[in-house]
Amino acid sequence: MNQPVNPADIHKVIIEQQKARNRKKMMVNGVLFLLLLAAPFMMYPVFLMKILCFALFAVAFNLLFGFAGLLSFGHAAFLAAGGYTTGYLLSNFAGLSTELGILAGTATATVLGLAFALLSIRRQGIYFAMVTLALAQLVFFFFVQAEFTGGEDGMHGIPRGHLLGLINLEDNLNMYYFVLAVFIGCYLLVQRIVSSPYGQVLKAIKQNEPRAVSLGYNVDRYKVLAFVISSALAGLAGSMKSVVFQLASLNDAHWHMSGEVILMTLLGGMGTLLGPVIGATFVVNVEYQLSQGPLRDWVDPILGGIFVLTVLAFRSGVVGEIQKLVDRNFK
Amino acid sequence: MTRPVLEARNLTKEFRGFTAVDDIDLLIREGSIHALIGPNGAGKTTVFNLLTKFLQPTRGQILYRGEDITPLKSAAIARKGIVRSFQISAVFPHMTALENIRVALQTAEGSSFSFWRSGSTLHKLNDRCMELLDSVGLAEFANTATVELAYGRKRALELATTLAMDPKLLLLDEPTQGMGSEDVDRVVELVRKAAQGRTVLMVEHNLSVVSKLCDRITVLAQGAVLTEGDYQTVSADPRVREVYMGSDGSGERGAEPPTDPAEEVAP
Ligand SMILES: Nc1ncnc2c1ncn2[C@@H]1O[C@H](COP(=O)(O)OP(=O)(O)OP(=O)(O)O)[C@@H](O)[C@H]1O
Ligand SMILES: [Mg+2]
Repeated sequence: MNQPVNPADIHKVIIEQQKARNRKKMMVNGVLFLLLLAAPFMMYPVFLMKILCFALFAVAFNLLFGFAGLLSFGHAAFLAAGGYTTGYLLSNFAGLSTELGILAGTATATVLGLAFALLSIRRQGIYFAMVTLALAQLVFFFFVQAEFTGGEDGMHGIPRGHLLGLINLEDNLNMYYFVLAVFIGCYLLVQRIVSSPYGQVLKAIKQNEPRAVSLGYNVDRYKVLAFVISSALAGLAGSMKSVVFQLASLNDAHWHMSGEVILMTLLGGMGTLLGPVIGATFVVNVEYQLSQGPLRDWVDPILGGIFVLTVLAFRSGVVGEIQKLVDRNFK
Repeated sequence: MTRPVLEARNLTKEFRGFTAVDDIDLLIREGSIHALIGPNGAGKTTVFNLLTKFLQPTRGQILYRGEDITPLKSAAIARKGIVRSFQISAVFPHMTALENIRVALQTAEGSSFSFWRSGSTLHKLNDRCMELLDSVGLAEFANTATVELAYGRKRALELATTLAMDPKLLLLDEPTQGMGSEDVDRVVELVRKAAQGRTVLMVEHNLSVVSKLCDRITVLAQGAVLTEGDYQTVSADPRVREVYMGSDGSGERGAEPPTDPAEEVAP
């Protein structure tokens, strides 16, 4: 029954399949890119930018949750840290080029992420989630108390400024294409990370941590790196968001926001690349549509209901379920 | 006598007052296949966990080629060449067989933090992966997700993954557990092959496997060393037969006492 096998042949098949998968990925990327390129001519750019910022936030969160298996309940802290830092710098240093403000916001979130990671990474499962939540609450209270944040009122009128001192970002289309470029860059980066040599190790740690340890991996270090990259990208999302809306508020730091990004990721499909993007798009749309109608006071319960339904019936999320269907019927 | 590769002195592990491993001395000689046997709950897995630092010993010392490795972490011990397997099959289920092995090779390859590099830089390890898969008869499953492999094949893959680390000392926790006799024979051959140029310490309930493979046997009972010696000596020891009988008379998995080879020929 066993065919004599030639390892070289099997290897060739593996490489071919890999190439086919890469081609498929490039195609999906291409379609997504074209759609997003044309989108501002069909929809209001500020709304699209909101979707992109949240999509980036969810992609960042999913790198940690979906690919490293670590459920952080404190990612709002990074979104807010990025937003407030960028907002503060752009408001107080006139003439500061926008991208520098954004970089500084990202850097702040990265450092904060490193601190969170070092304090939480040794905890397992629910304890890890609890430590991240507790730390994020500390950060929240800091933002409530600190004067520069404007407390309950938030930070208003953040100037969008100029990109590289040249491109006027007050123009919504300019702003949109800048946000899009950042989003695509980050999306491709995460795609790269997931399939990199490091991504393989991360996958192994997620699937069987003791085994990874027994193969000589110092698993905490790999997890810390994932946490730091994730918090950096979450901070970047917050920075972009504060520039787009010219506003940074306590909403971004609230634990509610940490929950929302979990919802987006689960809904779209954790551990898939496109899932968080679709989840974020869906949630932002539902929130917007509901807030326009008679159900405006019911946004949270309705999202909560959708959450419960997802967790109970569509564990793998939209993208995950579609992938399953495709695998079942076309293989 | 060859020199010891691994030595444990006064090794003790207490779990909230319960002593699972009680003041054990253990000497593993270079090039030997050493068995650790004993009834269920004797503390065999706990000893493995202590030697590889998956558990922190309450007391005692572990020496590897004379060097005190007691303070090292699990990952560092693995990188020194002491690689363990697990009692329950330990694979990366949603990776292919080839990727399972490649993860082990990556430790030494040194790119395991390169998150910016393309995954295709790992292809240079594939030839070695195929060799290792071939050596355990799994070449044709290279591209199969590990969850889909039959149990015996998962365990073979696990062994190949362990060997990919090129360990100096192999710790195998019940490599034949839950296998049919055909698979058991295959594992015996694999371990024999793997043991060439290496030292092996294995926990094994199947005593025919022990008699075929092992030069030296340590018998544990209730966390302490009951006796040690070659198969002849150990199986003839009445105390050994007693703990096996006493622990579990129902003849469940792995609880059968060792048989004296001399008795077997009697009518
Ligand atoms: N983490 C732990 N906490 C408390 N008790 C433990 C722990 N690990 C093991 N024990 C106890 O220590 C004793 C020895 O367990 P161990 O798993 O080492 O036995 P074993 O010899 O490997 O048995 P088996 O043949 O069933 O695998 C058992 O009584 C077990 O209940
Ligand atoms: Mg055991």
